[in-house]
Amino acid sequence: MNFSDSKKKLAIAGVVCGLVAACLAYFGNPANMAFCIACFIRDTAGALGMHQAEVVQYARPEIIGLVLGAFIISVATKEYRSTAGSSPMIRFILGMVIMIGSLVFLGCPLRMIIRMSAGDLNAWVALIGFILGIATGVFALKKGFSLGRAHLTNKMSGGVLPALMLGILILATATTLLKASETGPGSLHAPIIMSLVGGLIFGAMAQKSRMCFAGGIRDVILMRNFDLLTVIGGLFVVMLIFNIATGRFVFGFNTPGIIAHSEHLWNILGMYAVGFAAVLAGGCPLRQLILAGQGSSDSAVTVIGMFVGAALCHNFGLAASGTSMNAETQEIVAGAVPFNGKVALIICIAACFIIAFTNKREKA
Amino acid sequence: MKEVDARGLSCPEPLMLTAEAIKGTKEPVKILVTEPHQKMNVEKFAKEHGRKTTSSEIEDGYAVVIE
Repeated sequence: MNFSDSKKKLAIAGVVCGLVAACLAYFGNPANMAFCIACFIRDTAGALGMHQAEVVQYARPEIIGLVLGAFIISVATKEYRSTAGSSPMIRFILGMVIMIGSLVFLGCPLRMIIRMSAGDLNAWVALIGFILGIATGVFALKKGFSLGRAHLTNKMSGGVLPALMLGILILATATTLLKASETGPGSLHAPIIMSLVGGLIFGAMAQKSRMCFAGGIRDVILMRNFDLLTVIGGLFVVMLIFNIATGRFVFGFNTPGIIAHSEHLWNILGMYAVGFAAVLAGGCPLRQLILAGQGSSDSAVTVIGMFVGAALCHNFGLAASGTSMNAETQEIVAGAVPFNGKVALIICIAACFIIAFTNKREKA
Repeated sequence: MKEVDARGLSCPEPLMLTAEAIKGTKEPVKILVTEPHQKMNVEKFAKEHGRKTTSSEIEDGYAVVIE
């Protein structure tokens, strides 16, 4: 079944993915994180020991499920194509930028939508940056930006990332090699089987619907096409209903306990970098995982870039902290972006501009 | 027939090249793409602009002829 040929079906895909995210949040995933690609890749990088932040280490079965779900459905529907060769190392950098921007804001575009649906006004502020970043990417595309052609390659190449994900799943369930947080966000999770099945369903739906959070806004700016935005709308509505129904809807800034901060400029710039880099890379973090699942080695390299970016964020103290409540004094401790994170983010944005205006499409 | 080779390009480049190719001309244009969703996007775009399409599978993707 094709999920991308009508707005109605696209909205249904969004609703199904929203239900998956709501279920996982209900059964234990961290409050308002529910299903965040950046946070979950960061947790998985922690489980592999790529960084030592003890509160964010857990091999998230959702990430594994997304890649495997996209892989299985694309093989089953003959859409699997092993491709590679479209400026992989530039995509690696873009993956790092996407992750650093996400961890300065505290969430990927998917989580931004989830946070928006929970009344978190910081996410609405960040949306401004995300749209501006996408608009800058679209400007570059109109000026002829391209990372060049990918080519068909050995069939096995596209299967490497799905195989590695399967390997992480086996290590996580059959050995004690991987790290797992005992406190903090990394310790909060739905049962493994539920997370895995949720990831598989989400991955399959995202593959069939071409769901992309950067693409949705990009298509509106570039060609006044609202198709992909419909998926996001469906997901937003389901999460909004879920948050209101379960008392998770808290309207305002500086809300303790929801893993967010209110440094507006850095929320805007964080998502600016993510939007910009995602348009240059041809898709948001979720879409990169899905494309990697359906055989794109270039997207797989972007995903590896996100893993490395996540490790750097915690090894070099780039990630922001969330607003919290001091248990003893009952005072609100405002979350903040560390100095190192601000410097790194500015370098990331500069890197995006260099990439955007030095890579031109070959003349046909 | 004018041919646009968009094989291997990332989204939204195939669609941008298609838009450029059919702009201001009623002549048939052949668009080559790699991914199934790109083929569908090109077909949809042509339809929205009042043009008919015929698609066929080629060795490394699809050929969409916009008439």
